[in-house]
Amino acid sequence: MKTLKIEELSKNFGTTEVLRKINLEIDEGNFLVLLGPSGCGKSTLLNIIAGLETINEGDVFIDDYNVSKVEPKDRNIAMVFQSYALYPSMNVKENMIFGLKQAKTSKEKIEKQLEKVSTFLQVDKLLERKPSQLSGGQRQRVAIGRALVREPRIFLFDEPLSNLDAKLRVEMRREIKKLHQQLKTTVVYVTHDQTEAMSLGTKIAIMNHGVIQQNDTPEIIYNKPSNTFVADFIGSPSMNLIKGKIIQNSNNISFIADGSTLEVPINNYDFIEKSDLNNKEIYFGIRPEHIYFKKLNEEDFDINLRADLSEYIGHEQIVTLDYSNQEILAKFPSTIKIELEKEMKLYFDLKHTSLFDFKTKERL
Amino acid sequence: MQDNYQSSSYKELEQKSKYTNIFLRWFLYFVLILFASYFIFPLYVMVVTSLKTMEEIRQGTLLTWPSSLNFDSWLVAWGGRGYGAGDTFLRPYFWNSIKMVVPAVFFSTFIGAMTGYVLTKWRFRGDQWVFLFLLFGCFIPFQAILLPMARTLGTLGISNSVVGLVLVHTVYGIPFTTLFFRNYYISVPTELVKAARIDGAGFFKIFFKILLPISAPIIVVTVIWQFTQIWNDFLFGSTFSFGEAAPIQVALNNMVLSSTSVKEYNVDMASAIIAGIPTLIVYVLAGKYFIRGLTSGAVKG
Repeated sequence: MKTLKIEELSKNFGTTEVLRKINLEIDEGNFLVLLGPSGCGKSTLLNIIAGLETINEGDVFIDDYNVSKVEPKDRNIAMVFQSYALYPSMNVKENMIFGLKQAKTSKEKIEKQLEKVSTFLQVDKLLERKPSQLSGGQRQRVAIGRALVREPRIFLFDEPLSNLDAKLRVEMRREIKKLHQQLKTTVVYVTHDQTEAMSLGTKIAIMNHGVIQQNDTPEIIYNKPSNTFVADFIGSPSMNLIKGKIIQNSNNISFIADGSTLEVPINNYDFIEKSDLNNKEIYFGIRPEHIYFKKLNEEDFDINLRADLSEYIGHEQIVTLDYSNQEILAKFPSTIKIELEKEMKLYFDLKHTSLFDFKTKERL
Repeated sequence: MQDNYQSSSYKELEQKSKYTNIFLRWFLYFVLILFASYFIFPLYVMVVTSLKTMEEIRQGTLLTWPSSLNFDSWLVAWGGRGYGAGDTFLRPYFWNSIKMVVPAVFFSTFIGAMTGYVLTKWRFRGDQWVFLFLLFGCFIPFQAILLPMARTLGTLGISNSVVGLVLVHTVYGIPFTTLFFRNYYISVPTELVKAARIDGAGFFKIFFKILLPISAPIIVVTVIWQFTQIWNDFLFGSTFSFGEAAPIQVALNNMVLSSTSVKEYNVDMASAIIAGIPTLIVYVLAGKYFIRGLTSGAVKG
């Protein structure tokens, strides 16, 4: 049984297609993050799961039951919003029990739930306060509490941290993670922040233009992005995509960047489809953190590159390098002294490369 | 020296700007007082005249103080002289107006709040058009609808009644009240409504429990606006009612224009003030909220 299943879901507003043939599945207790740039349809998808938006095509199942035409309140879900959406005229207590009251829950049950959740979230001292008398973090807590008291099957979070300042955001992120670990609830979480997605999700679905680009664990998404969009979207700075082509002869496969003669061996690359590679135009993808200043592994490929620019950002520095007229970035510890306008010997970690078809932008 | 020259010239400039400032300040006060007196002058004349006897009015000028505080003309304006025919006084019409204005303000405000709520939080296909047509209602000259409205009231059997006037004022208040509430609710985050829907609240519950409790500022604005409009209305009142069903503004007009032998300016003035007092009271009581409501933006959750 899947806690949440979405089948062939499409949605359009008038003539604008917002979601196209979305398929998703979440197992009990998983934390799925919908990640993508603004306007990619992730919030619409969440609203559809909640039942706040109608569907044009496809179905939504919760516990194998088709809820496509079920009212939000009957879907056994709870949602936490970006603006917290606490009812301004009610105090914390009234806010938290509003849903239970609507569902005609017994007084004892309401009191018990309120007590349990408010102590758990440490808002039990704030019950009589109005939302306007709370700090941002407290409001967020109350909003989560309002969702928790209903003991839903699925929690929906719509960019819950983006209204908080940077420091508080990191704190709350950790608390949400803790919450999930303790309660083992099923969560769908929308964000445009990749750090949030990486640290919280057990699964990440990356969306762009209403299509899911990749849906996998954070590790796989980071190490094996399925196309150039994902490669570019995840990581900061994002993956270097060097344009060039594959040269294949007898039992040697290598990559040559445009305008270069240097052959980078890619024999050990884990190709999905290993045929028809010769002369294929590709992007050679390597993350800035996988270009080393010192040789770390036996197979690391050494290469001479010219440093053009160094940006100091505290614990590390981001160096702009020139690879036969293509700009690539590398991340080094800030203790290393870089001489600009000079060639230096660097090492590509070939275990961590990704190759993409130049035309289809898909992973090879 | 360069320095000396500069410092002395600065001192001069400083002195000069000081005088300019003083002059401008006094000029500002002068202008403000001038305009204030211009606006207060008619009220002064009204109050003073209403307290005079006819004898004093004939002998003195407009501005002279009354010899004593004499409220007789106020009593006459309110309750009449006590003889039968031709004695027009305000009391019954005042109550007519109250009976008209209270329900009309209530219904137009309530319906406006509802429409504003629907137009912002329950968007539907073509809702912009509905809003546009409602806005159009704000710009229709009221004279244009007198005849159709008279027919409508006749068909409904409520012409020449307070009920009829309540209907007219409610209908023609809705465009304005809708505009007010729509502009207020558009700044209330729609996520509130979504949260309430997930919590299981329906259309009316969301309105009464979530939105209405935070609408105080805009309700005050709307009530003041509607109260003033309806209380001061003469056109609808005089067209759709006569005789005993007339609101106070029509009665005031009848009183002042009635052709008795002598024109009683003191009674006329007292009547005019009585007819204006309720709106003044509403402004004084709710004026603080009026400004706040007009200028306040979003209600932050």
